[in-house]
Amino acid sequence: MLNDITFGQFIPTNSSIHRADPRTKLILLVMFIVFAFLSNNAFSLGLMMAFLLVLILLSKIPFSMYLKNLKTILPIILFTSILNALYIKTGAELFSFWIITITSDGVWRAVFMSVRISMLILSSAIFSYSSTPTAITNAIESLLKPLNRLGLESAVHTMAMTMTIALRFIPTLIEETQKIMNAQKARGADMESGGLIKRVKALLPILIPLLISSVRRAYDLAEAMECRCYNGGEGRTRLNKMRYSIMDLIATILFVIVCSFSLVLNILF
Amino acid sequence: MSLLKVSHLSYTYGHGTPFSYDAITDINFEIEQGEIVGIIGHTGSGKSTLVQHLNGLIKPSEGNIFLDGKDIWENPKKISQIRFQVGLVFQYPEYQLFEETVYKDIAFGPTNMGLSHSEIDNRVIGAAEMVGLHRNLLQKSPFDLSGGEKRRAAIAGVMAMQPKIIVLDEPTAGLDPAGRDIILSRIKQYRDTTGSTVIIVSHSMEDMAKTAERILVMNKGKVEMFDTVGNVFSHAELLESIGLNIPQVTQIALRLKDLGINVDNNIYTVEQMKNSLLKLMGRGQKNA
Repeated sequence: MLNDITFGQFIPTNSSIHRADPRTKLILLVMFIVFAFLSNNAFSLGLMMAFLLVLILLSKIPFSMYLKNLKTILPIILFTSILNALYIKTGAELFSFWIITITSDGVWRAVFMSVRISMLILSSAIFSYSSTPTAITNAIESLLKPLNRLGLESAVHTMAMTMTIALRFIPTLIEETQKIMNAQKARGADMESGGLIKRVKALLPILIPLLISSVRRAYDLAEAMECRCYNGGEGRTRLNKMRYSIMDLIATILFVIVCSFSLVLNILF
Repeated sequence: MSLLKVSHLSYTYGHGTPFSYDAITDINFEIEQGEIVGIIGHTGSGKSTLVQHLNGLIKPSEGNIFLDGKDIWENPKKISQIRFQVGLVFQYPEYQLFEETVYKDIAFGPTNMGLSHSEIDNRVIGAAEMVGLHRNLLQKSPFDLSGGEKRRAAIAGVMAMQPKIIVLDEPTAGLDPAGRDIILSRIKQYRDTTGSTVIIVSHSMEDMAKTAERILVMNKGKVEMFDTVGNVFSHAELLESIGLNIPQVTQIALRLKDLGINVDNNIYTVEQMKNSLLKLMGRGQKNA
């Protein structure tokens, strides 16, 4: 179960998407999501889907990795689809039983919503699979630079650093949780049966060691950072500077064209 | 009939995915009641995967594990019963302590077994004594103990379940020499008093030489050798070729032999070397 959490996992395949500037990727990701949600008919949504498929192919990451990502949010997709299908009462009636009425509009909306949520997840997956956590936070820090003028320099840097650390420790924590779970199972801890209260109680032997080790890790990390003279973002230079290249420009133009096209399709149909 | 029999055991991680990888392949061995067996192998040789099969934390992809002649996966619903019979102490077990007091933490396993209060009390006190934890420590918080004491408290937590077999994964990792010696001697003492079978996973050849009776050498997910300590250490070249070392004192003994000094065969502890050298020197003095 824990292995299915793929968020924040970088998969190096050295595709053109991997080489792009993380700032470009982040902005284009936001743009893609906005336009995917603006698409209100099958044509424009279809165009965005086709574009997404091209991007997935360009990323050179096995399709199964994306499916794994979709699987984890399947409950959310099902939940919103069911709500949409149940609450929209306009359109031709397809099915009616007791207080439940399902209409063609409702089904249509449910399908639309599922596709949009899947696209949101898949496009974010392309971004997080193709960018290292450091690149992601560097991009955020760099994009938030305008805030520095408001006297928020240290806040922006601190936030970016906190995010880097948090992302970096997700896989570590997952691994640690699994280890502790196994260790307690070896002492006969039963986490799979019993009612709600019993199950919550059964979590204690896992959560307490996990919390303690996280605090210990935090102390160790803080000490290690101090030993390397970390004192905030001021005057800090980077080993790998982010640079816009001609490829980023091409990608941006491509996105603008596709998104304008979908906007046109929205208006036409 | 042997106590533990592993036959044709294989395990593949991520079966059917692009990341699939064979952790162990076709493992076969038998362990008798009351033995101390060491498992050595390079990092990634499959040691940890193997030991997690022994108490049913991992279900084999292929092959079987027999405890007392019965397949442990015969009834998958009763696998937790197997975990009480094969106690597994993980690496750095002190990180799994969680109760308010050392006493309660050691009692966690026996409580899960559903034993009576008086039986739990007996077992906790017995296990604490076995690992050499003073009675005064039992009412303390486990987080107030020293590193070595924490480790021993965690080991006591598994011993208190009185398993037929206790498996310890790197029980001495990260401890100072004094801490290592206490743990190893306590483990040996545990075997001697209870007659239980002990399996120790370790990198340290010195630890193995001091405690184990037979050694199982793992290499790339397969059993390379399974023999007495002396026989395993006599294959110095083979061990080195798979990235393992023989104890330093054995290396010295082999080198001395090369130089024509006739020390005993099968030296793998400092004690044996001392005796052998004293014997040689005694003879030398007589000749002089």
